[in-house]
Amino acid sequence: MAELRVVGQPVPREDAVDKVTGAARYTTDLALPGTLRAAILTSPHASARIVRIDTSAALAVPGVRAVLTGADLDIRLGLYLRDKRILARDVVRYQGEAVAAVAADTLDAAREACHLLRVEYQELPAVFDPRDARKPEAPLVHPDLATYDHMRGVFFPKAGTNIAHHQKVRKGDSAAALAASDVCLEVSFDNPPVQHVPMETHAAIAHALPGGRVEVWTSSQSPYTVRHLLALAFGMPHAAIRVHVPHVGGGFGGKAGLGLEPLAYVLSRACGGRPVEIAMTREEEFNTTPSRQGLYSTIRLGATRDGRLTALEAEYVWDAGAYADYGVNVGRAAAYSGAGPYALDHCSIDSYVVYTNKVYGTAYRGFGHLEVLWGVERAMDRMARALGLDPVEFRRRNLLREGATTITGEPFTNGHGKPIECLEAAAEAIGWGRRPSAPSAPHKVRGKGVAMLHKAPAMPTYTSCAAIVKLDEDGAADVLVSGVDYGQGTYTVLRQVAAEELGLPIDKVHITWECDTAMTPYDWQTVASRFAYMGGNAVIEACADCLCQLRAVAAGALGVPADGLVCRDGKVFPRQDPARGIAYKDLALGYTFPNGNSIGGPVIGHGRYIATGLTNLDPETGQGRPAQFWTYGAHAVEIEVDTETGEIEVLRIATALDAGKVLNPLLCRGQVVGGIVQGLGSAVLEGFRFDDKGRLLNPNFVDYKIPTAKDLPREIVPILLENPQPGGPYGARGVAEHPMISVPSAIGNALRDALGIEFESLPLSSERVLEKILVARAPRPDTP
Amino acid sequence: MNGRLETATVPAGMTLLEFLRGRLCLVGTKEGCGIGECGACTVLLDGKPVTACLVLAVEADGGAVDTIEGEARDGELSALQKAFIEAGAIQCGFCTPGMIMSARGLLRRIPNPTDDEIVEAMAGNLCRCTGYEAILEAVRVAAQAKAVPHAGQMVAGQSAGGSGSQGGRLSSPRVPGEGGGRG
Ligand code: FES
Ligand code: FES
Repeated sequence: MAELRVVGQPVPREDAVDKVTGAARYTTDLALPGTLRAAILTSPHASARIVRIDTSAALAVPGVRAVLTGADLDIRLGLYLRDKRILARDVVRYQGEAVAAVAADTLDAAREACHLLRVEYQELPAVFDPRDARKPEAPLVHPDLATYDHMRGVFFPKAGTNIAHHQKVRKGDSAAALAASDVCLEVSFDNPPVQHVPMETHAAIAHALPGGRVEVWTSSQSPYTVRHLLALAFGMPHAAIRVHVPHVGGGFGGKAGLGLEPLAYVLSRACGGRPVEIAMTREEEFNTTPSRQGLYSTIRLGATRDGRLTALEAEYVWDAGAYADYGVNVGRAAAYSGAGPYALDHCSIDSYVVYTNKVYGTAYRGFGHLEVLWGVERAMDRMARALGLDPVEFRRRNLLREGATTITGEPFTNGHGKPIECLEAAAEAIGWGRRPSAPSAPHKVRGKGVAMLHKAPAMPTYTSCAAIVKLDEDGAADVLVSGVDYGQGTYTVLRQVAAEELGLPIDKVHITWECDTAMTPYDWQTVASRFAYMGGNAVIEACADCLCQLRAVAAGALGVPADGLVCRDGKVFPRQDPARGIAYKDLALGYTFPNGNSIGGPVIGHGRYIATGLTNLDPETGQGRPAQFWTYGAHAVEIEVDTETGEIEVLRIATALDAGKVLNPLLCRGQVVGGIVQGLGSAVLEGFRFDDKGRLLNPNFVDYKIPTAKDLPREIVPILLENPQPGGPYGARGVAEHPMISVPSAIGNALRDALGIEFESLPLSSERVLEKILVARAPRPDTP
Repeated sequence: MNGRLETATVPAGMTLLEFLRGRLCLVGTKEGCGIGECGACTVLLDGKPVTACLVLAVEADGGAVDTIEGEARDGELSALQKAFIEAGAIQCGFCTPGMIMSARGLLRRIPNPTDDEIVEAMAGNLCRCTGYEAILEAVRVAAQAKAVPHAGQMVAGQSAGGSGSQGGRLSSPRVPGEGGGRG
């Protein structure tokens, strides 16, 4: 490959100027004339029948234009499993679920009207622990599950139970292999549900138009999926729906699929077509919009005395909450990744996505992998210890390498990247093998830990996307895509790709910052660290199309064959005669000869990409090809624990990822650091707490802490390996989610090293750590 | 208001945030929680950072309010804004206006802050994307640029290959031990 000019450079974001000046427009910054504001009323009960709702006082509030309840809306929504209503209908299934909505001239009026709604509930039995919810006597969260539409052949809801999906993976004979193992162990772990906490809460504006059309502006990761699901839900042609996505203030998976758009639409319709804006309060963002599912894991490992893993069995029980539309896919993806990046001949995994009466789950950065690897990577450390082996050495012996197959039967090649190199680089960066340095005070102790991570995009086998590249009058290029850049940096990377391919400087390539399903070409949705890869390939193809058009016109202009022409530095010229070049600007709209005759026309290139070679997984064995590409990595941490307070300080964290190719080191570093700190939140701070009635106790920033500037590790060492991915743009893989995965596992392993105490539950909050320290120190009653 | 006189009659209960966004259309100031817990709505009132969601509009009567819209002067980005761009301190950008105003408040009070003073001043502003490291770095760089007025290395970040201090970081295949330190 010729030397790269732009790809691989630390190009800053093009949108940064708008963002530092306050000019960037997010959904609630847009003001359409006559926009009404909406508010919702949420359920105080986790499980109840809605006996009646009296709307009369609410309707009497001056300025109120419409009040809607679930009784008005007989529609089910969903992407994988259509189990959700726009507003609760007949029953509520979690505390915080929206039961009614009001649109009014002002937000104050809408809120006042919500307060005046009188809802009569009849409480119903509830179930909060997914392990209980699997029992035959458990109350059913969705008694009508059998009737729900879902993606067939991929998901398997079990009628008459709370199981929304059961994903199996079977390879070899794990029971026999465990029985024959020299060493076996079984351990259980758990993760609480957590929130994404985008700084911009969910928001949407809908404008119902005459003729059954609607225009939507939304804080979403998924303009085309929003359009498609609205079309399905309301029986509208796709062209009747136009979805705009302006700047988005963070998503992390929580803004994938459908959000508030259907509610904004039905409110607008009910108000005679006035535009309606609805935005979640921070409390609603915690308590009403979806979260990350909780998980209970049980893992059995077997190994030979010389440190070879023989088998892994796992049971993953997901706390889906009240709706599992997206949760089923998390349970599926985490199952086919559920053994970690290890070479295993025998493996058996059962992943159950189970309904409970709690706020429901969805995609969250890492898509189930942080959760399952919390268990797997802690279990690997225990096995290493049981064998008397160093945890790095034990992993090195068992990691996937050329010649092995994954647990779904995919042959592992060097094109997958090098997990072993990641492990070694991370371990070396924290001085693995040397004892931790001396603690900073006598009541503090230090420890080190490592953990592996891996993940592939979880997406349908037919996932596709497109890109358009058009040339301007001045010879600059505009890139149009419908993947959303909600902070991760993809747009900058796509500009770099286009600049590289077209032979233009980066400041001559722009990307359109609003997605618009009427204008920007199809993309499935922006999730799963897939867009630099898929969008990058589509942009490469679109640029090739542009170059082909440019060459054809230049060939006519110069009277030479097109295949001898080169495009570089904004010019098309014969390879032998660079001086005879024609600038792109003189070709972009067509070429005009000196006598006025013209040829060509506006240059617009089209490119596309579709997932290739993926298969549905066998329902009984999980065998198949689920992944377009895998990204592997490792974390190594050194921590200091205050044994008087239980507080953990991360002294150093080294994160090695096999990125294939770093397309932009500045933005890549931003993803790594941001991901690590978000992972730190899951590790030591974050988790929903519920009371015994299933009410969320911490729906605010005082009781639900996320990391602040004070919580940064003292040192962060990102390490990016570049073992190229065949088929990736310039050999790149996605890396946006990965830095977050396994941060808790590495810290948990370091905590065990520091204290000699095992922790099975997240978060590793100071309270939890201190409690275990005190228990460990307490004199045993049975020993004199 | 950003150096201009604004005259308005407002309801007693209207917050400064509602006034800025709803009445003056200064929507660069963001709402992240509405109850004083996230810092997204930070503006300067008489030079001091306040959370505009907790200040009543009437409390600003007769005072000087600075918002993100007033940070660039005569079409020229401030050193702070340039430093945010160059350091990669922006992802989704929703926290950015509040971050910059908190940093502006700090630099007005302490032109040469220590690292601890920077962390202390920025710890009330939540960011879910960046992990803060680049934000702290940007404030540090801006403070230094101010101390040495014509450092001259900062550009608005549009040039080919992104000139500037980040060049080459992490771009080599393996860079164990590279970067990541705090200062
Ligand atoms: S919106 Fe004011 S502090 Fe969060
Ligand atoms: S950049 Fe997204 S919250 Fe800070």
